[in-house]
Amino acid sequence: MADKLTVATTSLAGCFGCHMSFLDIDERILALAEVARFDRSPLTDVKHCGDRVDLGLVEGGVCNAENVHTLREFRQHCRILVAMGACAINGGLPALRNPIALEECLQASYLDGIGIENPQIPNDVELPLLLDKVHPIHEVVRVDYFLPGCPPSADVIWTFLSDLAAGREPSLPRELIHYD
Amino acid sequence: MTKPTIQIDGKPVTFTEGQTIMEAATAAGFYIPHLCHNPEFEPHGSCKLCTVKVNGRNCSACTFPAADGQEVLNDTAELNALRRTITQLLFVEGNHLCPSCEKSGNCQLQATAYFLGMTDAHFPFFYPRRELDASHPDILLDRDRCIFCALCVRASRDVDGKNVFAIAGRGIDSRLIVNSPSGKLADTPIATTDKATRVCPVGAILIKRHGFEVPIGDRVYDRHTIAEESLEREEPIVEARHG
Repeated sequence: MADKLTVATTSLAGCFGCHMSFLDIDERILALAEVARFDRSPLTDVKHCGDRVDLGLVEGGVCNAENVHTLREFRQHCRILVAMGACAINGGLPALRNPIALEECLQASYLDGIGIENPQIPNDVELPLLLDKVHPIHEVVRVDYFLPGCPPSADVIWTFLSDLAAGREPSLPRELIHYD
Repeated sequence: MTKPTIQIDGKPVTFTEGQTIMEAATAAGFYIPHLCHNPEFEPHGSCKLCTVKVNGRNCSACTFPAADGQEVLNDTAELNALRRTITQLLFVEGNHLCPSCEKSGNCQLQATAYFLGMTDAHFPFFYPRRELDASHPDILLDRDRCIFCALCVRASRDVDGKNVFAIAGRGIDSRLIVNSPSGKLADTPIATTDKATRVCPVGAILIKRHGFEVPIGDRVYDRHTIAEESLEREEPIVEARHG
């Protein structure tokens, strides 16, 4: 089974919707299991990427320091790195905070929000610091392929995986390209 | 007498004297990608998506007059790659977050990007913060989505006779301004029935309280590519003008 395609997935500043869309391939996941094995992923218990991963699917933009570390780990270990979904491609709706100062965002969430008791901005060292802006992943690492959509449909993900498993250059037919 | 003819991608297209390459192509059923061009108005030449090769040189089809014997290249891998890059530049310049935009599915910029097979915007994003004008009771102006096609400027000036819009500033600081003492839409005579309100090809000028009315699957570009939709809408206009 050593020649199975190894697939790692992660969600950075994502909503897990792209992973749900991935699971929307439904029973086709059984066919996928025949040719692929999951490495680090929210769907497995693997904590870090193995030495050589064939494919890394990254959902979400980059919004904090821990996202940067995870993304770099994926780039280092994955032969092919894929930006999955609008957030990974252009920051997505979380990037709506970009034109607003980070301090204002934190203030609105933790100090001035409705029903907040003992208002304070979380500052434990365990917590990753937010970046001042949300970034698409291609501004941090090199990206090999982009699967657009919010989320990309199961057919987008399936078409891409099928092309890759068959050794074809992945390409999306026009009718599968959507940004919404 | 034989009618003057140009070749578009090797196919002969006859045209009427005075037509641009865009008009000749539209009348003959050839789609040339475009955003700032709308056959109801004078050409603008700002989006550059309609760039075609005429006798070996890049020209804007919307402004370039057709002339007998021209060899025009339109649907080529090279030109479509150039157009895709231009579209990517338009996406990074604004905040085109389609998943939350009311125009998604009915947007010509988005449909053009689909048509050109754009899967990402390639360049670093600008994430501009331009002033949002929600002052008007019925019309919203979201400048972060404006692509400076100036169709609203032309429509308001030439059709509505109200001269509500203008483009001000230079370079990357260019912005769509509103011609009222306060600079607000509420202080202009603009109405929802105005051509200027309805001509915006993107989600910059929106009529309030009508967002997300059309189910996904039934929106304009869910049903047709922009090539089909564009030809269907524009061919009769060109025919009427040049008969």
